[in-house]
Amino acid sequence: MSHFAQLVVELTILALSIFLGIEVISKVPTLLHTPLMSGTNAIHGIVIVGAILVAGIVHPDTLTGWVGFVAVILGAANVVGGFVVTDRMLEMFKGRRQRPPDEGGP
Amino acid sequence: MSQNVSNLLYLVTIICFILSLRFLSSPTTARHGTWVGAAGMAVAIGVTLAHQHLHIGWRIPVGAAIGSVFGAVGARKVKMTAMPQMVALFNGVGGGAAALVSLAEFHNLVPAPGRLHGDVAVAIVVSGLIGSVSFAGSMVAFAKLQGLISGRPITYPAQQLVNLTIFAAVLAAGVAIVAGAERQWLLVALLVGALVFGVFFVLPIGGADMPVVISLLNAFTGLAAAATGFELGSNVLIVSGALVGASGTLLTMLMGRAMNRSLGNVLFGAFGKVQAGAGAIAVEGTVRTVTAQDVGIMLAYAQKVIVVPGYGMAVAQAQHAVAELADTLEKKGIDVEYAIHPVAGRMPGHMNVLLAEANIPYESLHEMDEINPQFAQTDVALVIGANDVVNPAARNEPGSPIYGMPILNVDQAKQVVVLKRSMATGFAGIDNPLFVEPQTSLLFGDAKESVLKLVSSVKTL
Repeated sequence: MSHFAQLVVELTILALSIFLGIEVISKVPTLLHTPLMSGTNAIHGIVIVGAILVAGIVHPDTLTGWVGFVAVILGAANVVGGFVVTDRMLEMFKGRRQRPPDEGGP
Repeated sequence: MSQNVSNLLYLVTIICFILSLRFLSSPTTARHGTWVGAAGMAVAIGVTLAHQHLHIGWRIPVGAAIGSVFGAVGARKVKMTAMPQMVALFNGVGGGAAALVSLAEFHNLVPAPGRLHGDVAVAIVVSGLIGSVSFAGSMVAFAKLQGLISGRPITYPAQQLVNLTIFAAVLAAGVAIVAGAERQWLLVALLVGALVFGVFFVLPIGGADMPVVISLLNAFTGLAAAATGFELGSNVLIVSGALVGASGTLLTMLMGRAMNRSLGNVLFGAFGKVQAGAGAIAVEGTVRTVTAQDVGIMLAYAQKVIVVPGYGMAVAQAQHAVAELADTLEKKGIDVEYAIHPVAGRMPGHMNVLLAEANIPYESLHEMDEINPQFAQTDVALVIGANDVVNPAARNEPGSPIYGMPILNVDQAKQVVVLKRSMATGFAGIDNPLFVEPQTSLLFGDAKESVLKLVSSVKTL
């Protein structure tokens, strides 16, 4: 595939993803907007894929090596932190039936 | 692993991410969504590690270990009130990672000028710029919310001009790179300039506007990740980045609407500062103060009570006491509901998380449009640590700085009890006519202590 054809495919994917994103996210209730935010936060941790590719170049010079290393650290913190914090929050959202019976306050 | 197989597996990741957001449409399925998303992420990381020409070496495992420990410990330890700054922090590191990836890519692709495709150059400039702004901006937002620096807007003369100049310089560097001046120092200058701009961009924005800023920076990091996808020719990055960008943009718009302010006003208005000069409306009248005993009687003989929590409640850590009060009232057969304003708290939906932490069932948490018609049939509206979001001036006083902002109509309830620390104004520095209305009474004191007194007072009846 020529470079330009590849670009057009990527732009198509980008445009469709934006519309899909708006569609899916407008169905999330206000109740869950904080978990939504930290969930999408975890999802953009996907840049770790880019960080791994950069850090894993076979013979990196000093700059690439260190920049890649730091990028992996940041990406990993983003992914792990994002998912753990989202799960912790969602664990707390309980309906009436799931509530522990008669808990007398803190 | 062949290119085709890995692309197919990246598609699995994309589907997982979309499903994960889809599951968030209901609190009953939301938690599964996180697991599906995490599984998708694991697939993507696994596929990338199995890449043919990848040299794993020590950098990837050591970096991943350091980052994971940092992320996991931070995420486990953070208090729910501190959630906004934690989200800002994780958002910032994501933006930083995107900027660093573009720096390394540029360094590798450009041994000599003139080797870069135009679109790749654009992508490198965009992800470097937005990623850096997001990193620096998020760190300032973190520092403000954490109280490391003042939450008040920080302003100085000719601020807008300085910001504009920095941004213009950064943009010029970007245009030069795309136009073919592929010099390393130019991209480094662009990244540094973008970092400085990110700091200056968030500094003048006040603490009360943080929900908007955090949503916006979230969108920025998403866009930076998508741009990284164009550099590396990776669909999974493009799709994920676009999803996050759409989500952040949508939330930013919702927050702006809930405050009746344009994005431009939030970002460049330096809210608190402007309002102090504009002069608040004067409220005439006397306030009626009551004791916890009186309020206890009021509550015990009510049929329907609506609790209106504000950020002050969270600061006083009163949510568990509020849950206990609601339990006590419900045992007496009284209907207790919660009215949540869209900007209650320091990020979108923050108040819901704080109440969920206190074991309050999510069916009792209602958003503004849903609960507003119910105030007229409510015996007691209990306002805890909220001020601007229940200020009728937003509805009636065209001269008020918050005029036009949608509010919770607590003044329509038969009786209103406002729990306040003292007679100070809210974050925006506006007096509240609700406090002098005939059906309103004020109970002064620390929110948590006051609510606990209410609990014991109701229990004795």
